[in-house]
Amino acid sequence: MTDAILESPTPSAVLTPGQSGAKHAESLFGLNLIRLKKITQVGIKSIYSHGLRSLLTVLGIVIGVAAVIAMLAVSEGASFEAQQQFRDLGASNILLKSVKPAEVEESSSRGFGPPQAIIYGITNADVITIQESIPGISNVIASRIVKKNVWNLGISINTDVVGTTVDYPISRNYQLRAGRFFSESEMRDHANVVVLSDEVADVLFPIDNPLGQSIKIDSDYYNIVGIMESEGFSNLGQNQAGSSNSAPSRIFIPFTASKSRFGETTTRQTAGGMESETVELHEAIIQVESQAAVIQVGEIIDQILRRRHKDVDYEIEVPLALLRQAEESALRDQIVAGAIAGISLLVGGIGIMNIMLASVTERTREIGIRRALGAKKRDIIAQFLIEAVILSGVGGLIGVVLGIIIPFIISALWGMTTIVTPTAPILAFSISALIGVVFGLYPSVRAADMDPVEALRHE
Amino acid sequence: MFEQKNSEALSADSLILDKQVLVASLDDIRKTYFMGSLSVEVLHGISLDFYAGDYISIMGPSGCGKSTLMNILGCLDQPTAGKYFLGDEDTSEMEDDELSSIRGARLGFIFQSYNLIQQLNVLENIEMPLFYQGYSESDSHEIAMGLASRVGLDDRVDHKPFELSGGQQQRVAIARALAVDPLIILADEPTGNLDSKSGAEILKLFDELHDQGKTLIMVTHSDELAERSQRWVRLRDGLVESDDRRNS
Repeated sequence: MTDAILESPTPSAVLTPGQSGAKHAESLFGLNLIRLKKITQVGIKSIYSHGLRSLLTVLGIVIGVAAVIAMLAVSEGASFEAQQQFRDLGASNILLKSVKPAEVEESSSRGFGPPQAIIYGITNADVITIQESIPGISNVIASRIVKKNVWNLGISINTDVVGTTVDYPISRNYQLRAGRFFSESEMRDHANVVVLSDEVADVLFPIDNPLGQSIKIDSDYYNIVGIMESEGFSNLGQNQAGSSNSAPSRIFIPFTASKSRFGETTTRQTAGGMESETVELHEAIIQVESQAAVIQVGEIIDQILRRRHKDVDYEIEVPLALLRQAEESALRDQIVAGAIAGISLLVGGIGIMNIMLASVTERTREIGIRRALGAKKRDIIAQFLIEAVILSGVGGLIGVVLGIIIPFIISALWGMTTIVTPTAPILAFSISALIGVVFGLYPSVRAADMDPVEALRHE
Repeated sequence: MFEQKNSEALSADSLILDKQVLVASLDDIRKTYFMGSLSVEVLHGISLDFYAGDYISIMGPSGCGKSTLMNILGCLDQPTAGKYFLGDEDTSEMEDDELSSIRGARLGFIFQSYNLIQQLNVLENIEMPLFYQGYSESDSHEIAMGLASRVGLDDRVDHKPFELSGGQQQRVAIARALAVDPLIILADEPTGNLDSKSGAEILKLFDELHDQGKTLIMVTHSDELAERSQRWVRLRDGLVESDDRRNS
């Protein structure tokens, strides 16, 4: 492309500027790679010669880019965490829970005399109706949850005793750590068997292996057949405030055993006296065959229950719907994070423009000299534009590095889940480079448009 | 045709100049500056011919239009009317890009205040016009090294301008002006900022360039400086007052 000149740098070649005009036309924007390299070198030199100023100039971009990446990493991590929790509940499950209705609670506390049992919550009849009237329900796991003191010799713990069916661990993706869950036959026999959660096992049996031993609830002894991982419960507790699930630890006995040992009415001491309530089922997990139908089935169940219950003494939770909500709010978070980051990048860009304008004014003389020595307008534009892009690019790069490090620090210090997706750094860096072009353009054009005579005269 | 003759003239080792080779020609050049509704004509029709190998001084009191004429000769400014031929090309109608090209390829500038770029070293300053002409790095390096030694600065090529004396800086500027082997070297008060000893060295360099057949046009108000040249053009109030040639 520069052959004519390269091969014969002799006077006769130099004396034909027509040739030089033609060779520029071939290359991109009149700048070939050698020139680009040289201009870049000059740009780096000039940036380097104003070290501190350049650093301050790019600070805005650095902060902007780092903020984009870090914020996206945190919001991505938070949404991942939330989604994981809902996924743990089972995406094709619907959770029904009994809730004490507000009015009933009030009337009972006002009453005198012997405690009258409040009757509320989901009933077996509800579950049967749901199962019969809605197709596509594969299984219903009903549970009764009673708070009891559980004893091993002298040690005791107050915990939720869950009377449930054999499918409970499968429906919730809970893993057994040791032993087994109770069986169908034990269920039939109202057998006194129990599966402990990790936490309860640790408290009651700090040294020896609990498997094969027994615990005491009220006056009955229960054989320990299995130990269950307990992580799932703590997660449940966090995102379902006020539910009976919020107990940090649980133990499991057959549904039949719970019903025959504890009955359906529970009594407890309160500040105002005795309070008793009758609840048939505390919780029911309804498993739907197809995930696509879950949300719809949830709505139908709501309709059925509303017809069957006078008071709203139940709660329906559709994890999939909650998951969708979480995804939506995550998207909202990301838009907000993006907007804030965008603003800081904009401010960074204005900072670059400001410094580039100052630099153009400061280097007016240089521009004049370069123009006199044969620089075209586009050469001047390229020079300042490249400088702006280098500035914002370097700022962006530093920002990317910081933006990747900061989430690690956040994770380490506050234990938050942070996820840096590859798109965030790429996006942030591209935007910062683009900002260099956009905000460098005006100063560059202003530099190029200077009258060479005026520029040479500038002091 | 033109290039052929010119290169012959340049390569000629004799001091006999081929006066037939026209390197620049001004034809009734007028320049008017407009300031709002006010217009001031600075040049009122200047016609001059410059030949290859000439050593010309343009003189005159301040305000006579010397600088304006110099800017037009340097293709930094366009005349309002008239024609300016540089080599065989009419520059009067040229676009900005073409003017840049012709400046870079055919003209060498030497300024009173040297006008070197401070953050570049001696070699890089000399290379700059070559860069804008698209020379390869190795070629421009070779040419710049040759010129640096020609002006006696080959031991200072990696110095920055502020590390050099005024005389040395001006020699860098001369080397830079020679880089593309221009048709005309334009010098604007080249010794104006120098002490007499450094000034004398610069003038000696000019003499050498003249001896080698370069075409030099120098703007000065110093008679002492002008004495070295072969032709004196005096301007007064935007017109050529006198145009004398040394009779040798």
